[in-house]
Formats: sequence, structure tokens, C-alpha cells
Amino acid sequence: MNIAEQLTALKTILVKEVRRFLRIWVQTLIPPAITITLYFVIFGQLIGSRIGEMGGFDYMQYIVPGLIMMSVITNSYSNVVSSFFSSKFQRSVEEMLVSPMPNYIIVWGYVLGGMARGIAVGVLVTLLSLFFTSLTLYSFLVMFSIVLLTAALFSLGGFINAIFANKFDDISIIPTFILTPLTYLGGVFYSIDLLPPFWAAVSKINPIVYMVNGFRFGILGISDVGLLETYSMIILFIIGLYCWAIYLMRKGIGIRS
Amino acid sequence: MDTALSVHNLKKTYESGVEALKGISFEVKQGDFMALLGPNGAGKSTTIGIISSLINKTEGTISIFNHDIEKEFSLAKKDIGIVPQEFNFNQFERVGDILMAQAGYFGISTGTAKKRTEKYLKQLDIWDKRDEPSRLLSGGMKRRLMIARALVHEPRLLILDEPTAGVDIELRRSMWDYLVDLNKSGTTIILTTHYLEEAEQLCRTIAIIDHGEIVENTTMKELLAKLDKETFVLDLSNELNGSLSLSDTTLRVVDKTTLEVDVTKEKPLNDVFKSLDLNGIKVSSMRNKTNRLEELFVNLVRHVSNGS
Repeated sequence: MNIAEQLTALKTILVKEVRRFLRIWVQTLIPPAITITLYFVIFGQLIGSRIGEMGGFDYMQYIVPGLIMMSVITNSYSNVVSSFFSSKFQRSVEEMLVSPMPNYIIVWGYVLGGMARGIAVGVLVTLLSLFFTSLTLYSFLVMFSIVLLTAALFSLGGFINAIFANKFDDISIIPTFILTPLTYLGGVFYSIDLLPPFWAAVSKINPIVYMVNGFRFGILGISDVGLLETYSMIILFIIGLYCWAIYLMRKGIGIRS
Repeated sequence: MDTALSVHNLKKTYESGVEALKGISFEVKQGDFMALLGPNGAGKSTTIGIISSLINKTEGTISIFNHDIEKEFSLAKKDIGIVPQEFNFNQFERVGDILMAQAGYFGISTGTAKKRTEKYLKQLDIWDKRDEPSRLLSGGMKRRLMIARALVHEPRLLILDEPTAGVDIELRRSMWDYLVDLNKSGTTIILTTHYLEEAEQLCRTIAIIDHGEIVENTTMKELLAKLDKETFVLDLSNELNGSLSLSDTTLRVVDKTTLEVDVTKEKPLNDVFKSLDLNGIKVSSMRNKTNRLEELFVNLVRHVSNGS
């Protein structure tokens, strides 16, 4: 396939993925909006008003970037894992496997679809947050690049999860037992500087700490970790997961007999 | 004439240890209409799965119009269309969208894809269902949808894995007509089917696979010429009185107005009719007891089973 044909194939997967999550918007866009609104009300307004300031901002302002990032992470991941597993389950993945599309177009098509949903939900949550607090924008470039890279990283994670999944239960194991705990412990609700030195050091093993703080830096201009560390961590994870996804596709693991 | 498909020493052993293909080789010429036959579990679907990249081979090479399926992946894939045995489209997607997406996967621009979607949905008589979710189609419509989908990138080689399974007679015949026209227009077709009448009517060449090996690969004409005995059922216009025997002819009385006659190359049908006429027996109609190809197929497969 020449470049133009590959771009057509990539666009086809992306458009199909976007249409899919828009078609079932009641399942894909509304639940994260409701969940995050509850976080704003409970943690931001009811509890947050008694906490006072954190990092020089009121508690509501402090947690908003983390909550936006949390919704981007979970939605990018769940979009790809459920869509690709569903195409495996219905065997419609064969439509792509019999085509001349290279494996990387299939991977990127799904990743872009996951990023599109992650960002759509992120924008929705950001708009909702404006009903509860005012947001400044410290660096659009940092904020936007961190959110794009994070959405790409977790879309790749969802893709790999879908490749290994054999039944619907398998697509919820990683989000439930790994993703959610890492997100809650990833500095969404607190600064890791508040933790004892040992637990602060342990927290720095958690990659979500870097993403949440990088995004928070883009909006508020404060972070518990360095920007260089943040970008390095995210890009390394993306390269690692991408290579793994391509390897799995080439070997046909989970999709070819 | 070009070779549309070349399969050389193809082997497949599944992780379970089952040896599905034991090194099969065959060629299909451009423009041919070939039947790939075999009993359940013989290796037909494994062969098609490997050709279409849905199953990993253990060993061997495959080329499509002289393009190696691994080394020239993209060129080889563009020339092949697959109609699988099982429905494998998204049940929630609309009929038109399924074809548009398939065209997109082959890098076909939106404008061309729209024209071809209309063309093939109309040809397969499901254009009026284009906006309906595919799960709402009847079984026959789903089969036709899979044929339209396989044709949307206009491949030169079309492989159909039991395309008429579970399809009613009328629709089956209209699908036969469509496939014949498609073949006449230049598309090479490989067909697997359990309906041997279908293979005999449509295909010019035949490969029979059993226990992962090719046991026959020839033209339909040559294969049928190997049949040295055929059994005909004769419906009589007058009732038989008592027993009947004809010299040099094996016959069985089924009932008073039905006979079964074995016809050999040495004793052609003309001789049988002459003998019946001499005995005052009038025949109102006749038919083969079983399909000719079916007899050969059963003999070949049985022979291999006994031999192994």
C-alpha cells in the first residue's frame, strides 16, 4: 500500500471508532461526566472546602487537573480494550487481517480512536469543572502534549489488554486491579510531598504520578516531579507498549490460530 | 496464462499437535473455477485460513498472481477476496458501512468506495438494506453481504468457503448464476462446498483434500470420466408383472413402477433402453440415483481412509 492508501485505511479505522463511541454516547460519554461531577461535588466542594489550600491553590482547583487526567486515562483505555476485543469476539477483526493494511496502521487506528474518546471526555469534564471553579492555563503546550501522550499510552495499553483477552471478564481485570489503584495513588487528590519520604519515593515508581503532575503543571504551573522526567517516563512507556503491540500483531497472538 | 494461486508444500500443525496439513501443493490458473472439496476436518478451511492470513502456517509458500504472500504482502492481499464460512462482520454496523469500511481497509478512496458499495449491494440484491444493522438481515442476505464485501476491492481471485451453506434452493441458484457471471468476467474462483452438485455444475477443476493431503487434483471432466459405473432410477409408465432380468445388466426392482439400473462403460444406456423396450417396459422418466461427483468423492475419501 502506498502512503495515500495507508492514510485512507487509517482514517477508516479512526472514523469507525469515533462513530462507535458517539453512537453509544450514553455508555461512553455520560457516565464519566456524572462520575467526575460527583467527585467535584463531594471531594471538591463538600470536603475540599474544609481542607483549604494545596500547592498554593484551593483544593478544588488542585484536584481538577488530576480528575480530568483520570477521565482521559480510563476512557482511552476502555475505548480500545472494549472495541478491539469486541471485534475479536465478533470476528470482524478478520476484515482487517485479510486486508493489505500493515499492522502499524491497525494499531494506530485503534490508538487514535482511543485518544479521540479520551480527549472528548477530557473536554467534557473540563467544561463541567468550570461550573465549580475557575481554571487558569499555565502552559497550553505542556497541557495539550501531556494529555495527548497520556491518551496514546493508555490506548496502547488497552490494545494489548484486548489482544490477550479471551472473554469479557478479561477486559475489566487490568482497569479494576491495576489502573484504578494506580490512578487513586497517582497524586490526583494529594501532593506526594505530603507523604512520608519512603512512600513519596515509592509513589515515583507509579507512572501515573508523572502524567497527573505534568498535566497539573500545564494548567496550574505546579508539579511534584520534573517536566523532563515526566516526558521521558511517558515517551518510554509509549515506545515500549507500541513495540509490544506490533510484536503481538506480527506473531498473531490472540488473533490468529 | 498466469497462475492465480500457487500453494507449495503447505504444512500446518496446531498447538494441540493436530497435523491439519501435511505438505499440500496445488495451483489454480487465472480464470479457473475450482472446487476444493473434502470431508469435515480434512484441511480445507485451514488452507483458506492460511491463504487469507487468519491462520499461521507451519511451513510452505503461497503466492497470489506470482506475489509471495509474505514477501509481497500488500500486492498479494490486494488481489484476493475471501468469503468465510462463518459470519464475521460487526452485527451492530449498518450494511453499507461494512462495505465502506472494507474498501477503506484496502486504501480505496471514499468516492470510489461509495460507487462500488452501491454496485455490489445492487448486484447482490441487498441495496435496499444498506441502512439496516447487519444483525437484522436474514441468513441468505448475510451470505450475500459477505460476497459483496469480498468483492468491494475488486479482487482477481475470490475464495468462497461454503457460501451456500443453509441457503434455500432459489437463492442458491441465483448465487450460482452470479458466480458463473463473475467467473466469465475474469475473476478466478475457488469454492469449497459440501453440495457436490454445486461443485459439478460450477467448477472446471477440482482438488480433493483428505486428512491434510491432496488426494485428487484434476479437471472435472477427467475426474468424472473415472466413474466406471452409474446407477439410474427409472420411473416406469406401466406396472411390472413379476420378476425381470436383462442380460448383461444389473437391475433392482424398487417397486412395481420403479427400477434401479447400473450402467457401465461397457454397457451404455442405449443398450439398457433397447432391452427394456424388448420386454415391453416403457420408461417415463429417469434420474441419477446419486450425484456422479458424490460417488467418486465417497470412493476417493473411503479409499484414503482404508489405506491409512
